[in-house]
Amino acid sequence: MAHIKLTVNGKPAHAHVESRTLLVELLRDHLHLTGTHVGCDTSQCGACVVSVDGKSVKSCTMLAIQAEGVHITTIEGLAAADGTLHPMQEMFREHHGLQCGFCTPGMVMSAIDLVESHPEGLTEQQIRDGLEGNICRCTGYHNIVKAIAAAWPIMHKKQMPQAAE
Amino acid sequence: MNDIIKGGIGDSPKRTEDHRFLSGNGRYTDDLNRPNQTHAYFKRSDVAHGVIKSIDTKAAAAMDGVIAIFTGADLAADNIGGVPCGWQVHSKDGSPMVEPPHPVLAQGKVRYVGDAIAMVIAETKQQAKDAAEALVIDIETLPAVSTLRAAIAPGASLVHDDAKGNVCYDWHLGDKEAVDAAFKQAFKVATIDLTNNRLIPNPMEPRAAIGEYDISSGEYTLHTTSQNPHVIRLLMGAFVLHVPEHKLRVVAPDVGGGFGAKIFHYIEEAAVTWAASKIHRPVKWTCERGEAFITDAHGRDHVSHAELALAQDGKFLALRVNTYANMGAYLSTFAPSVPTYLSATLLAGVYTTPVIYSEVKAIFTNTVPVDAYRGAGRPETTFLLERLVDIAAHTMGMDRVAIRRRNFIPIDAYPYQTPVALMYDSGNHEATLARCMELADWSGFEARRAKAKARGKLRGIGMSTYLEACGIAPSAVAGALGARAGLYEVANVRVHPTGSITVFTGTHSHGQGHETTFAQLVADQLGVPFESVEVVHGDTAKIPFGMGTYGSRSLSVGGSAMVKAMDKIIAKGKKIAAHLMEASADDIEFKDGKFTVAGTDKSKAFGEIAFSAYVPHNYPIDEVEPGLDETAFYDPKNFTFPGGCHICEVEIDPETGTVHLENFTAVDDIGRVINPMIVHGQVHGGVAQGIGQALLEQAVYDPEGQLLSGSLMDYTMPRADNLPSFVVGTESTMCTHNPLGAKGVGEVGAIGSPPAVINAVVDALRDYGVTHIDMPATAQKIWSIINHAAPRMAAE
Ligand code: FES
Ligand code: FES
Repeated sequence: MAHIKLTVNGKPAHAHVESRTLLVELLRDHLHLTGTHVGCDTSQCGACVVSVDGKSVKSCTMLAIQAEGVHITTIEGLAAADGTLHPMQEMFREHHGLQCGFCTPGMVMSAIDLVESHPEGLTEQQIRDGLEGNICRCTGYHNIVKAIAAAWPIMHKKQMPQAAE
Repeated sequence: MNDIIKGGIGDSPKRTEDHRFLSGNGRYTDDLNRPNQTHAYFKRSDVAHGVIKSIDTKAAAAMDGVIAIFTGADLAADNIGGVPCGWQVHSKDGSPMVEPPHPVLAQGKVRYVGDAIAMVIAETKQQAKDAAEALVIDIETLPAVSTLRAAIAPGASLVHDDAKGNVCYDWHLGDKEAVDAAFKQAFKVATIDLTNNRLIPNPMEPRAAIGEYDISSGEYTLHTTSQNPHVIRLLMGAFVLHVPEHKLRVVAPDVGGGFGAKIFHYIEEAAVTWAASKIHRPVKWTCERGEAFITDAHGRDHVSHAELALAQDGKFLALRVNTYANMGAYLSTFAPSVPTYLSATLLAGVYTTPVIYSEVKAIFTNTVPVDAYRGAGRPETTFLLERLVDIAAHTMGMDRVAIRRRNFIPIDAYPYQTPVALMYDSGNHEATLARCMELADWSGFEARRAKAKARGKLRGIGMSTYLEACGIAPSAVAGALGARAGLYEVANVRVHPTGSITVFTGTHSHGQGHETTFAQLVADQLGVPFESVEVVHGDTAKIPFGMGTYGSRSLSVGGSAMVKAMDKIIAKGKKIAAHLMEASADDIEFKDGKFTVAGTDKSKAFGEIAFSAYVPHNYPIDEVEPGLDETAFYDPKNFTFPGGCHICEVEIDPETGTVHLENFTAVDDIGRVINPMIVHGQVHGGVAQGIGQALLEQAVYDPEGQLLSGSLMDYTMPRADNLPSFVVGTESTMCTHNPLGAKGVGEVGAIGSPPAVINAVVDALRDYGVTHIDMPATAQKIWSIINHAAPRMAAE
């Protein structure tokens, strides 16, 4: 058993974990943050994506003990304290980018990283390529792609550059 | 219902359920933890067929944290039954299907890789898993049959001793003599041999179940990932655990997608519920993805031969179909109905084919049970028919659109009795065809083909014009065809004293957005704000009864039950309003949320009537009871028949064989639309699954019965970069026999799309003499076609 300390959604957290405990197990089972989901056992589906020190990571592919000292944001940490949704969450809702909601937390976390890491703009093809690690069985991705494109101008506080549209 | 009011029918309010799903506050079964809970892990067979010689649990039982280990013998000793099949099909000769018991834990034999042998319960999931590894199980392996062809081969090993030749049933439908006679008159015959590829549903939420038992009350509770909690209560209570309904509560909380795979009563549900009563602690089980691949019921897996007799003018004279359908190792809940009553009854499609004959042999194999997957039987038939029609056009040298139009059921022929039992109530195939062709710019295609050719690419276009039967189903009809349950739906509309409303529905939402759609329906009909309606589903302790969600039935059947309950609310409200306004109830009109005395300006708001019903100081107490709370059961009069046209345009790179989807257009006639945004979303998702079947997905077993495509690394799920954006349109020819005119939209995408894709691929490859290609049309298959057949153009 190891004792680890980290920051989750802006608050200090700690837990005693086995060396084989996965980060997603730490979040779900120890910290009771069940918004992060487990959809597979081969690191394929992306339902478990969280932000680790600002980068999107599949939390089923990282050990809990590797998370010592890091800052993690999960889906629960995105909305403002008064419940106002993050622009990406809001655009998923606006464009019906979710159905059963199971892939959604990972999808939203990946999408935020995708938009943040492309300040120059995103084409539809880039969005589709950027979602390669996230599987959704419900939506056919059509409305997810629309939601991400719609979130880009809000997050970057400017219009999507013409060339990228 | 013509003017769209805010939040009412035809509007697209954003979904009520989205905030919780987007903020991580969804509550799926695995998110729930019960006080003092334990964890179960199932030890499963890793051979496809064998005799269990011995199970030694001693070492495992001594391991850390282990609480109990149960095997088939423990269940048998407790008189626990097998999981039942809900549909009985009879063979041609009148004999009932062979229906082998499906034990909760294997009894003596294992019959597929994934068959559960033992259940290990421990303090933690990891401890249960570790202990399962320490079980010593001796299995004598028997020869396995892992495909249809292997199972029907002479001398094949038997999955069940009493199913000779591995045949479960040998069924038929239609007039064989008339069909044979018509074939004698044929000008030409179009023929196809095809395999409808086996699929693995893979809802993104793996199945999970938590069983609980309260020793003082004797009550059992099961939380489970189900599309139909009341059906699970009925099957598990009555047939497996022998627990009456009032002592068994089944809850299906938020469920992360179903697509059919979560209809069925699975053994794990019964096992954890039973075990909770043995160890007096809650027992939780969560499926891993690899385990889901070998335990969730698979879909499709039909092999068919079909012939279409054609007259000189291209009219269809007769259709003959012979199908083998894989049932897997045991009969899953609805499995027998899929290739028969959900499939062969649709062989008329949208055409006037006067005589049809279909034979279906259902076959046991040493594979995971096969059952309904989005569309269930209708995608198989639609694929067969729409491929055959393209081949017929080719055989006759006719245009693909012209041959369809020549054989369409004309709009004035409705209601239309088909030669295969169904009576279609409404449809307009020309309208969906014309609109889809326009949206897809069908007429501009040849120019695009020429441009692609100039770039060295093979471009093709294909369509399907389909019709399906859903809104399942009139109970008497379903019963006559072998269903062992009724298929009505139930709604309880509870108006609260201040006029807000809770609606309890027996249907279940696992992505379809019922909390929004049903609230719109109720808000519209009762004239109250959308926000004041709450929809409750998924708990047998709260909802009177229900048959759940599958077969695109929630709106057409469940919504109709709601309309019936609301009619009762309005009728009662009129009596109360009449009393308050000193008028006769016959003179009260209800409109836009107001009860008005006809021809006057005297009125009472809906909320005032609700208040009066609960505070009955001035009240017609001799005539009506206090309260405003009504329940209705609705049994549909017929199936509903959505239909439409799907057009797909592809470009193939001859260097690699890769298919690139250029455009996909769908125009579906689904009757009344409540929320267009949600309806379009349903079509997108269904089309994506259909494209997945056509181009990417395939379950593959090796000859020993090992599932080769057993993980998301080996089984190709459609990803964002495999798909285009879709063009979607709807037409609304109303269903004539339910109060909403609704037909259903859940499955149309998955039904209409696969033949459109393959017809486009075949069209792109027409210069290579290709007339058919089996799904999935992978780059490898296409590359070898291109490289082994010299293009006809070059040869000519
Ligand atoms: S659970 Fe992490 S990728 Fe699937
Ligand atoms: S919304 Fe259900 S898996 Fe994406």
